[in-house]
Amino acid sequence: MNLRATALLFFSSHQSPLNPAGIQARHIEHNLVLIFGITSAVYLIVIAVLFFGVLRNHAREGFVPHTLVEDPDVDRKATYIVGGAIGATVVLLFVMMISSFITSHRTAVLANAQSLKIDVYGHQWWWEVEYPMDEQPFRMVRTANEIHVPVGSVVTIHATSRDVIHSFWAPNIHGKKDLIPGYENDLTLEVDQPGTWRGQCAEFCGLQHAHMAFDIVAQSRADFDRWYVQQLSAAPEPTTPQTIHGRDVFLNHPCMMCHTIRGTTAGSTVGPDLTHVASRSMIAAGTLKNTPGNMAGWILNAQSIKPGVRMPPNPMPGQDLNDLLAYLETLR
Amino acid sequence: MNEQHVVIAEESYTTTSDAERAAQLAKVWAEPSGFLGWFKAVHHTTIGKRYMVTAFGFFLAAGLLAGAMRLQLAFPEAHIMSPDLYNQVFTMHGSVMMFLFAVPMMFEALSVYFVPLMVGTRNIAFPRLNAFSYYLFLFAGLMLFAFFFVNSGPDRGWFSYVPLSGPDYAPGKRADIWAQLITFTEISGLCVAVEVIVTVFKLRAPGMSLNRIPIFVWGEVVTSFMVIFAMPGVVVASTMLLLDRTASTQFFNPAVGGDVLLFQHLFWWFGHPEVYIIFIPGTAIVSTIAATFSRRHVFGYMALVLSLIATGFIAFGLWVHHMFATGIPQMSEGFFTAASMMIAIPAGTQIFCWLATILTGKVVLKTPMWWVLGFFFVFIIGGMTGIFVASVPVDLQVHDTYFVVAHFHYVLIGGAVFPMFGAFAYWFPKLTGRMLSEMLGLWSFWLFTIGFNITFFPMHILGLRGMPRRVYTYPADAGWTALNQIESVGYIFLFLGVAVFLYNVWHSLRRGEMAPANPWQAGGLEWATASPPATYNFLNMPTVNGSEPLWDALPDQPVVSGMHEDVREIVTTRILDAEPEGRDEMPGPTAWPFIAAVVTTALFIGSIFRPIAVSIGAIPLAIALIGWFWPTREESQRRARRNIWEQS
Repeated sequence: MNLRATALLFFSSHQSPLNPAGIQARHIEHNLVLIFGITSAVYLIVIAVLFFGVLRNHAREGFVPHTLVEDPDVDRKATYIVGGAIGATVVLLFVMMISSFITSHRTAVLANAQSLKIDVYGHQWWWEVEYPMDEQPFRMVRTANEIHVPVGSVVTIHATSRDVIHSFWAPNIHGKKDLIPGYENDLTLEVDQPGTWRGQCAEFCGLQHAHMAFDIVAQSRADFDRWYVQQLSAAPEPTTPQTIHGRDVFLNHPCMMCHTIRGTTAGSTVGPDLTHVASRSMIAAGTLKNTPGNMAGWILNAQSIKPGVRMPPNPMPGQDLNDLLAYLETLR
Repeated sequence: MNEQHVVIAEESYTTTSDAERAAQLAKVWAEPSGFLGWFKAVHHTTIGKRYMVTAFGFFLAAGLLAGAMRLQLAFPEAHIMSPDLYNQVFTMHGSVMMFLFAVPMMFEALSVYFVPLMVGTRNIAFPRLNAFSYYLFLFAGLMLFAFFFVNSGPDRGWFSYVPLSGPDYAPGKRADIWAQLITFTEISGLCVAVEVIVTVFKLRAPGMSLNRIPIFVWGEVVTSFMVIFAMPGVVVASTMLLLDRTASTQFFNPAVGGDVLLFQHLFWWFGHPEVYIIFIPGTAIVSTIAATFSRRHVFGYMALVLSLIATGFIAFGLWVHHMFATGIPQMSEGFFTAASMMIAIPAGTQIFCWLATILTGKVVLKTPMWWVLGFFFVFIIGGMTGIFVASVPVDLQVHDTYFVVAHFHYVLIGGAVFPMFGAFAYWFPKLTGRMLSEMLGLWSFWLFTIGFNITFFPMHILGLRGMPRRVYTYPADAGWTALNQIESVGYIFLFLGVAVFLYNVWHSLRRGEMAPANPWQAGGLEWATASPPATYNFLNMPTVNGSEPLWDALPDQPVVSGMHEDVREIVTTRILDAEPEGRDEMPGPTAWPFIAAVVTTALFIGSIFRPIAVSIGAIPLAIALIGWFWPTREESQRRARRNIWEQS
């Protein structure tokens, strides 16, 4: 397992298929390591043969000789060796092919199990996430760019797109799956290590393809349930004068043209649902840490941070901005 | 050890009658001179050289665009380029490299120049069509760069997936320009495919039966057939896209029953064979150079030819491995995994045959051979990572990451650019009559090889560390910065390697050693012509006795005689055994192909803005074609006489 340790050192990243945190990614990693081993060995052998062959029988003269070097006996022997090499190639290809089939099968069998269903919709350039629990509309949770899952449970990501093609990819958990308008794709996965795992859009989707990330937050069943109940609730009524004014700023500015805060009159679904925005660790689809300073910059001029994003600049007096930030802080 | 003395059939005018014949042929086959003459040229060596210079120019331009991307990616969250500009730059880089460099260079330029020489005839079939195809290709590139410089370069990737490139998400004319670029280059590619197939099937030297066709020519024939079968896919896709955008059809609109995946199927039906279209000529060059510089016939001629043909077929069975993430059924995933892995069998066969050639021969380490050795080192890595992307589960992890960027640069630069530089070093004496400098050649080889590996090898690791493709920037804390900076440094070496090559060419053209007809003692028929070849190619039309005509020639190898040398006459032969079948006459120089290309260009560009341009443009195009095919009285009479002779 020396290889594994080296790989971990090199790929100790929260966005790498070689640092698996889920069953599917682990199966795929094994398949990848097998293919890597076989192909590396073959490559080294071929290059060594070439290297020593050239070293042994290259012409010492500085010019091209007139004579040809051909010997039918040597060629006959070479034919057997080449034939054997082709045979070995076929065998090794079969090994890798069968291993791929087995891996595909292993990553797919969980699809039959009882699973938690999560709907993911791709937008330019953020992720809309819905938990349609028990198909009861009033029990539905809607959030953005942050997908909470219980550790050790089978989860089915049911994915499609609201505009162009995107691709859902959290490499530590599983391979990618495209989000295609007009199609609905399922990706079944199971995370077996608690933690936050970064994912990113993997299909070119326009100007801000680079800034379309998300987090998968894997937590214990109890923590997940607590989070879920919290997300079900509507936004708390603001209590201080500052936060009350902050809410008014939200409702009287263009904010409410695009965003929802459940419990208020803001109910638009163009942009992410902000009912519990303060509970999320990142904003702008994994672009910025969710701090008041970043939020202020984002509200005032998102275009300077993520050029081309759908959110327009929102110039406002400093007092209004402060109060708005204070209100958003309460949306836990 | 069976040593065989090589018979060299160099051009030499031993008698006065030979000199007179040469003067007569030079007059009959002369290319028009002067400024206006430039637009009338139809000889394949003239057009072939133009193709090479133009395609190489596009290679340099797209290479500079790559430098801009490396600069942007050298720093996390950099603002050197806006995302809009970056998207244009990477789209231009991919489109120019694929459509204006790789295919035109590896297929059109090399086959137009060398196939007629290698099969021993005096011009390519349909020389005017050949000129037309060149001008269309040139205008396609000029159009693309003109729009790029006015901030209207395509920005949806060289694949331009819908709906991102559709009417709803791609306002402006950028995606239309991409679609018309495709139309231009595909037409020019299809023209050359037809010319190459007819040249090889009907104009081979007597005696060059199917089992004696040089491997390079086999490669270009297989490529021609692949062009003919693959290109319609992308022509349909880009035309449907254009219709969706300009004529409000709804082929790709899911809201009214259109299908966005249809575009991907059509595109990759072309796009995957495209890769093989680019590197099959490359592998054919490797076979040629490896044989010459190992001083033996290539090992396993039959196996190599069958591998080329098998690759041509299998290449059409694996387009879906670009679409494993789209959610296709597991059964078809399995099929395409098997097909994708199967293509490693002919590829492996070729590599083992080359190894056997090198190991049983006597290797002469000249610059062309160094490029071939570099090809092994690089291309095989690309082949190996190809197995990663053929495996569905592994592909789902590496697809659309920098791992794939590394993979296809190893395949395409290894499989096309390394052989291309080898081909330049090998055939430069034939093209120009001058030798390149060996020392500068080695410098450019080592700079390019080292630079290439520094630039592209770390991309494998970046991809496995999770960096997706086509991102204009990345976060500072992602752990991708150091590798990106190493890659950007590698670009400097790549740049220097190409710069040294250009200096070598410039220096050799002015002061290089004069090249003899056959500087490498090679066996191909092209080496039987003068360096550079006269416009009639061969003074005596050759006959052929083996797969390396000069090596296999008998001491008294016959030549074809009894041809009319006061007109542009050539011999036609039968497809299978290349027995002489008749004579035909090649058309002469004219400016009509140029005029037709100008009119076609106006029609295509106009149709981006107003669909009616197609109808209006058809009128001058019809006039140009009538002028093109208008026969002279003498030509018609000669043709009638030849027909009587054939029927009697």
